[in-house]
Amino acid sequence: MGNARGMDHAFSSADDVAAALGRTGYLADEALATITFLATRLGRPILLEGEPGTGKTALAEALAETLDLKLIRLQCYEGIDATQALYDWDFPRQILHLRTVEAIARDEHQDTKALEAELFDERFLLARPVLEAVRSAPCVLLIDEIDRADDEFEAFLLEVLSTWQVTIPELGTISAATPPIVVLTSNRTRELHDALKRRCLYHWIDHPGLARELEIVRTRLPEISATLAEQVVGAVQRMRASGELIKPPGVAETLDWARALDTLGASRLDPEVAAATLGAAVKYREDAERVRAMIDRMLTA
Amino acid sequence: MIDLPNDSAVAQVRTPPDAVFLGFARALRAGGLPVTADRERVFLEAVVTTGAEQRANVYWSGRATLTSSPADIERYDSVFTAWFSGEPLTAGGRPSDPLSVTRQAPLGDDAGDGGPSEDEIVRAASTSQEVLRHRDVGSLSSAERRELAQLFARLRPRPPLRRARRHNAARSGRIDGPATLRDQLRRMGEPGPIRHRRRATRPRRVVLLIDVSGSMSPYSDSLLRLAHTFVQSAASGTSTEVFTMGTRLTHVTRALRERDADRALVAAGQVVPDWSGGTRLGEAIAAFLDLWGRRGMARGAVVVVFSDGWEREGPEQLGEQMRRLSALSRRVVWANPHRGKVGYQPVQQGIVAALPHIDDFVAGHSFAAFEELIEVVARA
Repeated sequence: MGNARGMDHAFSSADDVAAALGRTGYLADEALATITFLATRLGRPILLEGEPGTGKTALAEALAETLDLKLIRLQCYEGIDATQALYDWDFPRQILHLRTVEAIARDEHQDTKALEAELFDERFLLARPVLEAVRSAPCVLLIDEIDRADDEFEAFLLEVLSTWQVTIPELGTISAATPPIVVLTSNRTRELHDALKRRCLYHWIDHPGLARELEIVRTRLPEISATLAEQVVGAVQRMRASGELIKPPGVAETLDWARALDTLGASRLDPEVAAATLGAAVKYREDAERVRAMIDRMLTA
Repeated sequence: MIDLPNDSAVAQVRTPPDAVFLGFARALRAGGLPVTADRERVFLEAVVTTGAEQRANVYWSGRATLTSSPADIERYDSVFTAWFSGEPLTAGGRPSDPLSVTRQAPLGDDAGDGGPSEDEIVRAASTSQEVLRHRDVGSLSSAERRELAQLFARLRPRPPLRRARRHNAARSGRIDGPATLRDQLRRMGEPGPIRHRRRATRPRRVVLLIDVSGSMSPYSDSLLRLAHTFVQSAASGTSTEVFTMGTRLTHVTRALRERDADRALVAAGQVVPDWSGGTRLGEAIAAFLDLWGRRGMARGAVVVVFSDGWEREGPEQLGEQMRRLSALSRRVVWANPHRGKVGYQPVQQGIVAALPHIDDFVAGHSFAAFEELIEVVARA
């Protein structure tokens, strides 16, 4: 465990992580940078929890881009099982192969052993995300919305995350030379098992503050005007602070809204154009009414 | 985010550094965080990796390795501040310690107000369980309460079911093509019996919101016992979540996982900071929806609210929050202890505001009423 393995050379410090992620347009704060740095050094998965739209998934994408590694994504859902995460055999193609052999060599006496070996060959193997991650490590493995999967799947994942080995009876054991960097995300629809949490570095992502969100908008959308960026971020921050909304907008919604406004050619926020584009930021009818009033107040003040 | 106190850097402490950090981890454990030996080790490793000279490094290393839910973070912050600034730990560092909230919790001996005298209690102990089942739990003596507590162990809550996405093999039902073919393939293509499958069912989530304010205090002990049986029941255990509502909302599911009912109740008592205080129902339900419900916990769930509907704040907020709750969840059940009393009229403002958004309005005052409630939940 620890410093001997993993991606030692990747980053030299937490500041280094922040700088490298910043170059891809992902602005990580001190906390997230420290935790990412720790994850690469200690070879442990990162478990990110937080409101939707706070950049949990984006971290994995940015990490893959920064380190120039492949990003492999496993989207969890209810009822997901090992064959959808690890590997499966391609039945139709195996049968097709048998028929082909039958057709061309009907009379000849084939070596059955060799034929069977052919069937369980690499080319009939459907590698699912986890196996793919083990085989193509170093890489970044994103396990998205783990809280949606069942308990049993969590236990299975725990096993893979601690050994980085996959055993396929027909082919043998495949293990990862360097463990992949793993990012797990959860929306907290249910409490995850303690055993899984213990293996991970835990971080709760909050919505960014005014200055940081402004920085994010500026980096991601350099084309929009400074006034518009400030007004949009100010409005979104106010919406979150008010605590009245059913679903306060996340950073992703802020970016969508700013982009929508910019597409309409707005260089500053006014009530009409705000009302027309509000659907990008606010997704409930009740919220939309409240936000309209809020923006009117904000613009007249 | 927390402000990191900028005084004395950690490295200046005289004690050997590993002892300081290990001590910090132990202090967190004493403060109620789930710190285990392997977590301690990873924490030390993390501190070495990030460098112990900077306070922020130590703070974030610890937070990443020693906490595991947003609820832990507040406690972590206070222990961190106390430990690394040399203040005594008891200064607000351990929320469960100084106030000894626990002792007020089990509501044991409040038979005072005109309640039965000593010999009545002796007689009450011989009351048949049948009678006890129908008595208002709010008016029981402590001896009767103890007897009733044993009855709770016999409750077997069944979770409501919903259709799952998966299928199970079955004797009859829809034909399972893939399974039939796979079987056939296993027999080298020999045809064989046809396989069938049916939709699997899974337990629906049950969320219990228990009002523990002053006006509900005669009932909170029994209600928590009821919640405990829900959490402990093998069939619905993993899909039940319990919260208490008072002046604030507290998640107590973890405490109720303790198998022994009495110990579970003590554990819950340590977690809940606001026994027998005021009620801010609307705010508590809003907090539940914002922090848990909307993310998915209430979606498709059966939500049971145990409360008498006394609302300190205006009823409008309660009405609005109940509307949100009923929009998210499958069914909203409101259990009101006064409902079972003769001549009860739902006139409290809170209840009036909430009624339009409630699917089932049931009594919640006696053991028999609890049995009925379990039935209502199972059928939801």
